[in-house]
Amino acid sequence: MSEVIFNDANFEAEVLKADLPVLVDFFATWCGPCRMQGPIVAELAAEVTGQAKVGKLDVDQAPAAAQKYGVMSIPTIIIFKGGEAKATLVGLQTKEVLKAELAKLA
Amino acid sequence: MNYDLIIIGAGPAGLTAAVYARRRELKVLIIAKSVGGQMALAHEVENWPGTQSISGFELANNLKTQAETWGAEFVSAEVLQIEKTAAEFVIKTDGAQYSSEAVILGFGLTPKDLGVPGEKELIGKGVSYCATCDGPFFRNKKVAVVGDGNSALEAVEYLAKLATQVYLIIKAKEFRGESILVKTIKGLSNVEVVCCYTATEISGTTKVEALQLAHIESADKRELVVDGVFVEIGQAPKTGWLKGLVDLNERGEIIADKLTQTSVEGIFAAGDCTDVGFKQMVIAAGEGAKAALSAYKYIAAKAGKVAMPDWGGKK
Repeated sequence: MSEVIFNDANFEAEVLKADLPVLVDFFATWCGPCRMQGPIVAELAAEVTGQAKVGKLDVDQAPAAAQKYGVMSIPTIIIFKGGEAKATLVGLQTKEVLKAELAKLA
Repeated sequence: MNYDLIIIGAGPAGLTAAVYARRRELKVLIIAKSVGGQMALAHEVENWPGTQSISGFELANNLKTQAETWGAEFVSAEVLQIEKTAAEFVIKTDGAQYSSEAVILGFGLTPKDLGVPGEKELIGKGVSYCATCDGPFFRNKKVAVVGDGNSALEAVEYLAKLATQVYLIIKAKEFRGESILVKTIKGLSNVEVVCCYTATEISGTTKVEALQLAHIESADKRELVVDGVFVEIGQAPKTGWLKGLVDLNERGEIIADKLTQTSVEGIFAAGDCTDVGFKQMVIAAGEGAKAALSAYKYIAAKAGKVAMPDWGGKK
């Protein structure tokens, strides 16, 4: 599955009410390390089809979600399950780390 | 044996090494935390030969595409350990291991941390290593920038546009740096330069609340009430995990000779993580090319195809 674009309008339905674990990459277009994180998350999305939902959230487009979960540094990746933030990872993450975090929630 | 050559790092050194090694038909794996490293963060590169101007991100992606086109494989992971066995090198990441005949270390530099209490715990909760990334989260808040170099000054100039108050904490007695930047910062009404202090602790429970400072000479202490602490104290090679394997210099840089050979036969090193004289992208790329050719020669010699290079008295 390709990555999902999350925003304040679809956050509840796509993230909080999802059945699968959901990995959200909080990013901004002006953040250099976020641009490096982007392709890693996109690759991950394709690899975990059926096991997790993976997508990104532009903090400029969805300030409410970023604020609600206390995002003060980007990239930040939060993995949700059952409407709750289960893991928060700050800074650039490797695909291996993200896969391991998702596996913990499987 | 999984691979002929494993390259750790995907900056100019690692990616160039991959292209050169693939052109010699070595089976190559690149293991890296990200593609491009510091290069990908450069807004504009104007000293890459043959290119008037290009963003670092685009240049990094061009190099990656080139390495992929030549058939290099990539893994996004952090290498934690290299083990030398009789026949090969075993490279371990968090969840996997790979083996190869030769290794090139080309993982560049990593931002330094302060190493004070509270820092690690409050990363992402007010502690930041990237002013341009995280500055906008501190609009109308108070922040401190720690660091004596130009990157600290650039962070202050940027943050002063967003925050109500910016403190710059420097160890030096005098406020120095690029003269234009110094002049600009001196003219900003919401910036206070705090000289002769070092950061001793970042306090806060769920987020940063204050930065504790100690005077470098007297017993004087100061507390700054801030919402954010930006650490801008430069970069260093992250080589602690290599101690006991390859020789490092006093700065923690990997010691590599002019053929990029390290103290261990079969391990080569290139670019900013080494003791190379200048930390420049084009130099790192050149060193990466040398490392690939040296590794090729080493692998060929092991297979009995060419004479073994002389490693002198090395391990």
